[in-house]
Amino acid sequence: MAKQAQDQAAAGQRTSGNTAKRYRAGVLKYKEMGYWVPDYEPSATDLLAIFRITPQEGVDPEEAAAAVAGESSTATWTVVWTDRLTAAESYRAKAYRVDPVPGAPDQYFAWIAYDLALFEEGSIANLTASIIGNVFGFKPLKALRLEDMRFPLAYVKTFKGPPTGIVVERERLDKYGRPLLGATIKPKLGLSGKNYGRVVYEALTGGLDFTKDDENINSQPFMHWRDRFLFCMEAVNKAQSGSGEVKGHYLNVTAGTMEEMYRRAEFARELGSCILMVDLVIGWTAIQSMSEWARQNDMILHMHRAGHGTYTRQKNHGISFRVIAKWLRLAGVDHLHCGTAVGKLEGDPLQVQGFYNVCRDAVTREDLPRGLFVEQDWAALRKVMPVASGGIHAGQMHQLLDLFGDDVVLQFGGGTIGHPMGVQAGAIANRVALESMVLARNEGRDIANEGPEILAAAARDCKPLEAALTTWKNVTFNYASTDTSDFVPSVSVA
Amino acid sequence: MRVTQGTFSFLPDLTDEQIARQVDYALSQGWAVSIEHTDDAHPRNVYWEMWGMPMFDLKDAAGLMYELAECRKVFGDRYIKVNAFDSTLGFETMRLSFIVNRPAVEPDFRLTRAEGPGRNVQYGLETRRQ
Repeated sequence: MAKQAQDQAAAGQRTSGNTAKRYRAGVLKYKEMGYWVPDYEPSATDLLAIFRITPQEGVDPEEAAAAVAGESSTATWTVVWTDRLTAAESYRAKAYRVDPVPGAPDQYFAWIAYDLALFEEGSIANLTASIIGNVFGFKPLKALRLEDMRFPLAYVKTFKGPPTGIVVERERLDKYGRPLLGATIKPKLGLSGKNYGRVVYEALTGGLDFTKDDENINSQPFMHWRDRFLFCMEAVNKAQSGSGEVKGHYLNVTAGTMEEMYRRAEFARELGSCILMVDLVIGWTAIQSMSEWARQNDMILHMHRAGHGTYTRQKNHGISFRVIAKWLRLAGVDHLHCGTAVGKLEGDPLQVQGFYNVCRDAVTREDLPRGLFVEQDWAALRKVMPVASGGIHAGQMHQLLDLFGDDVVLQFGGGTIGHPMGVQAGAIANRVALESMVLARNEGRDIANEGPEILAAAARDCKPLEAALTTWKNVTFNYASTDTSDFVPSVSVA
Repeated sequence: MRVTQGTFSFLPDLTDEQIARQVDYALSQGWAVSIEHTDDAHPRNVYWEMWGMPMFDLKDAAGLMYELAECRKVFGDRYIKVNAFDSTLGFETMRLSFIVNRPAVEPDFRLTRAEGPGRNVQYGLETRRQ
């Protein structure tokens, strides 16, 4: 137990004059039960959670924050004498700070500290059962959102993290100095194994590094999983022989049981695949198990964040994706879809950059405009390769490179397969656009502003790029983001 | 065939001026540049021959360009690549690597298939000399 917590616990014991009253049977406000401690200074070994709370009318924000602390740690609705059989003061989470949310008069950021001893080592399931297990349906709150978390080093070190990581992935693929290129095979449902593999072959031969199963490609009547694996690996190997490059197809092993996922993963390994894929919907424990399997079998593990929009998008309720990204880095995935900012799916550019930082930093710094409330030291945990996927095309290459840098997989599905001259041409267009932009950036060109000229110049020697730029020149998805950060620049962080 | 390993293989072969600009960029990032060569660009051939050690204390691209010219004199009919190595904590790996010289005729790769039980295939790649 942290020294500070011990002191607090001792202080609790010393106020024995009030203890009898505190534990009298009945109902107390959470604030009065010890879950609101405004002078508490979090210890370096505490887990911190920052919630956005929307109290019901008549519930004061401190009481609401205390209720969240209580319901996500030791409390129940009434006083229980059995608390006195424990060092209850230590085990209680402590709400210690409440800030009004700028521009949202009914909302507050509540800062809550949890003692390290409340959590089992190396278990995201245990962590989430505590932090989000009970409290999101709690009646005194209209809405609740988990905005950010800080994990102490001691806790981070109980996780193995990504089985491969950015550095080792690049060394295995022998690809440096540029973003990797991928494409999701389309249509995502209905192709036979043979036709599906054809698209894989065309895209990889054209110049992509990876192709990808979509989230809902598992083992349907039109294409059973073994057929998909066999045809895809024929395509991958043939494309490797034609280019001299290492290539891969994310074989989605998501299935109904762990036993079936392991069976599919083992077949992928037998066939020589370098990468596997799972969907977020398989759940935290399954993710950690597949991560361990990937670690034992030299396999890159690609995570498709299927389903996250149900709880990450609305900013008054749910969980910010930055928290999901933090949990996934601990749980151990190598690739993670983090948004494109410029594509078809939700994502404010600054917020999205915040998610990328969580994946790639050695230490993630506090950065309120990017939604990062607290510093997070990743304790040398390997880095997750972020993936930008959904509604992006070659004409946006300068924006993508400028926003995300080199360590990202840029995934053009429709932007490869929908090319008017065919799939190979689509892949060539993307690769040429990318290499031209990296070359220009390294030469000191201002790609954010000169990007369109750089692309136009590259297209003069590359018909497929010219066709891509013409086909998609006016395609943008300029809709207002729902998930943007609310902050006052002057707010200092404890 | 054209081996498309390296950062810029889909562009026309870089001129020496373009190579020098990339090297200057690498040096500006604090990376150490080096030269490697091989006659076998098999994708699993990780260890190309080193043309000297990485140039840790190089100040501008001229030094590398001199060594590249020397390397081309001896191994002009091989693949030569320029690497840039970053020793920053958490990277400690290559940050840029691109081919700057190719054999007049590039070997291709033969895909071998050993058929196993079921429809299982064990694939192999062999470098095929012309």
